[in-house]
Amino acid sequence: MIPELGQFALVLSAVIALFLGAVPLAGTLRHNVVWQSLARPAALLQFVLVSFAFACLASSFLSNDFSVKYVAEHSNTLLPTAYQFAAVWGGHEGSLLLWVLMLSGWTAAVAIFSASLPLAMVARVLGVLGLVSVGFLMFILTTSNPFDRLFPMPADGRDLNPLLQDPGLVIHPPMLYMGYVGMSVTFAFAIAALLSGRLDAAWARWSRPWTVIAWAFLTFGIGLGSWWAYYELGWGGWWFWDPVENASLMPWLVGTALIHSLMVTEKRGSFKAWTVLLAIAAFSLSLLGTFLVRSGVLTSVHAFASDPSRGIFILIFLAVVVGASLTLFAWRAPAVTLGGTMGLVSRESFLLLNSVLLVVATGAVLLGTLYPLIIDALNMGKLSVGPPYFNLVFAPLMVPLLFVLVPGTVAHWREARMSEVFWRLRFVGGAALLLALVLPFVLGSWSAGTMLGVFLGMWVGLGSLQHVVERLSKPGRIGGSFWGMHLAHFGMAVLVLGITGVKSYEVERDVRMAMGDTVTIAPYTFRLVGMEDVMGPNYKALQAKVEVLKNDQVIEILYPQKRRYFSTAMAMTEAAIDTGPLRDLYVSLGDPVAGDTPSWSMRVYYKPFVPWLWAGVLFMVFGGVLAALDRRYRRNTNQQSVRTASEALSGSA
Amino acid sequence: MSLSPRQTRFALIAGGVLVLALAAAFVLNAFQNNLVFFFTPTQVLKGEAPKNKTFRIGGLVKVGSLQRDGTDVSFVVTDTAQDIPVRYSGLLPDLFKEGKGVVAQGRLDAQGLMTASEVLAKHDENYMPPEAQHALDEAAQARAAQSVKP
Repeated sequence: MIPELGQFALVLSAVIALFLGAVPLAGTLRHNVVWQSLARPAALLQFVLVSFAFACLASSFLSNDFSVKYVAEHSNTLLPTAYQFAAVWGGHEGSLLLWVLMLSGWTAAVAIFSASLPLAMVARVLGVLGLVSVGFLMFILTTSNPFDRLFPMPADGRDLNPLLQDPGLVIHPPMLYMGYVGMSVTFAFAIAALLSGRLDAAWARWSRPWTVIAWAFLTFGIGLGSWWAYYELGWGGWWFWDPVENASLMPWLVGTALIHSLMVTEKRGSFKAWTVLLAIAAFSLSLLGTFLVRSGVLTSVHAFASDPSRGIFILIFLAVVVGASLTLFAWRAPAVTLGGTMGLVSRESFLLLNSVLLVVATGAVLLGTLYPLIIDALNMGKLSVGPPYFNLVFAPLMVPLLFVLVPGTVAHWREARMSEVFWRLRFVGGAALLLALVLPFVLGSWSAGTMLGVFLGMWVGLGSLQHVVERLSKPGRIGGSFWGMHLAHFGMAVLVLGITGVKSYEVERDVRMAMGDTVTIAPYTFRLVGMEDVMGPNYKALQAKVEVLKNDQVIEILYPQKRRYFSTAMAMTEAAIDTGPLRDLYVSLGDPVAGDTPSWSMRVYYKPFVPWLWAGVLFMVFGGVLAALDRRYRRNTNQQSVRTASEALSGSA
Repeated sequence: MSLSPRQTRFALIAGGVLVLALAAAFVLNAFQNNLVFFFTPTQVLKGEAPKNKTFRIGGLVKVGSLQRDGTDVSFVVTDTAQDIPVRYSGLLPDLFKEGKGVVAQGRLDAQGLMTASEVLAKHDENYMPPEAQHALDEAAQARAAQSVKP
């Protein structure tokens, strides 16, 4: 009964979404205020219906209703309750339902927090979001219904993939989806502005907080995915340039360009066309990511099933979205006025460089991700693009980006002097250079790459610090967006230092260990002292006991496991990690090695600065949240557009 | 330095085009050098695989071929028609098993032994790496074609 109710709610929500996508938009064309005012209640009703459908599916999971096919395929009576709930999005159908839930949630949020916007704008934005919802709801109802029944009903479910039974998984997909789907709000604002023919500073101001909060979620989601891969896949890598990761990185790169470009559009009224294109691109890349990840084109832990009709549906949807929005853009773009003039050296020009570099990086990642798929689709052979390509291309693009980041935050709008900007940054530059020369020697061996990494990290970090100190000495209230910007930039600095540290000084040893054997990675010594069987709720594990010694003192005991899950007989490596402020000690257990004495292969890793990666990501996320919560976005924005010119000259971020 | 707005715009556009062209040239060059092609064991024995370049092979881990010596392992990848011996140093992935699908990336030496730098077996027990599946399909097709011949 419950699954049928859920199904019914889903169908009803599709009807409401269609209504939302049609009536208010028609109302804006016919200047019918009543039709326009129906947008808000429709958005809220749609959210209620989708939430209900989601709750129905969750309740089927929690009550072990294996007559529902999706539940039978992704759950099991032995599965702990928290994972039974997380299993709702552990497969294709449920994760799409989560997607739609997020989308209707964002739509409802726009409906609620848009009191300061003109009614016609609200009607357009919600209408566009309604149309996007229609696309996804049709996708679920026609190709991926999570409420399909299974007959005869199996006695027990097939279980959730053990790799996904992890706290990281419980929050990674929802956060990533919040980011992906959040980009649809920015997209809706851009389309609404194009429809109204008013691409102005007010539009940029309205979409900025939404874009920044979506970006923060996306950042968090990607960070969680990386963290999960690091501790769960058992071999200590945190970024693989896997197509699935690239699929989430591309919207992030374009989204980063977008939040900076939006600032120029709001403050200076320029870059309008560019900003709109970035907004369309960010959302299209989110859809492309969904296509890549969910269609089964890529086989990975994320691709649940390959059903060609699903891939084709998303591809058509993508074509419609991109085609329609670019057509609209081509139609409206000639009417877009140019903004204020900009000098060759100015904050605008630094931000333009930021945009160009980020878009080129996105293009490079896109090429490496799609090329093997296209070649395969054309039957021209099978190939893959290795991580060396991405590293080789990505790093040189990020170096100038990080370098211009600092002058970009201090240069004046409109016209700045190069000499003045760099004179102001002379101490920061000198200190960063000094640290870059000295620190690598202190930490270990010196290399040009390490030096460059330390320099860029310190340059960005100290640059932000200096700007904050300077600002604090001036009077006046400091807005959330100023703090947010510098927190996010500081996070970037920490991330760069972390990446530099782990890449330069990590030590990885794959060894064979018998009882009592030691491995030394100075100053730490690892000693295998025990091996026993332990039972988990739905698995049995072989657990090693490894003492970590420093100066002959045991400082930590690590328990890496090799698990076997009952339902699938699948083996799983569960690494044991000791985290300190400056390093991780990482041990994972391999297979037994044949020989006279029982011994096992083990991975013993010294991973310096890995915690800095996660800290950097968190700083960026908090920075984004702070910036989005800036008070000035919540002021009545109807009369704001006139004020932007005067604010622009004051040079506040 | 005082430029008219037109000159400024021209300088910006020219600079932008130059940066883009440099980036594109650089990206394509790196791309060209880092493509890793895939071959089936049959193709490798026919000599189609590159000599001094990294490539991938896929197929099944031949049953009974896995040997361990400390953390050095050796095994045979088969597409059921042809076999390629592979040597690898390091820990194998969780789902590496004899009789299951595998993809190995590395170089081939003069004796036809592949030294793998990477061994991939994917995340799900029911899942077959697409490359490995492709190798098996090719071999099966070749056999079918042969049996039809008189």
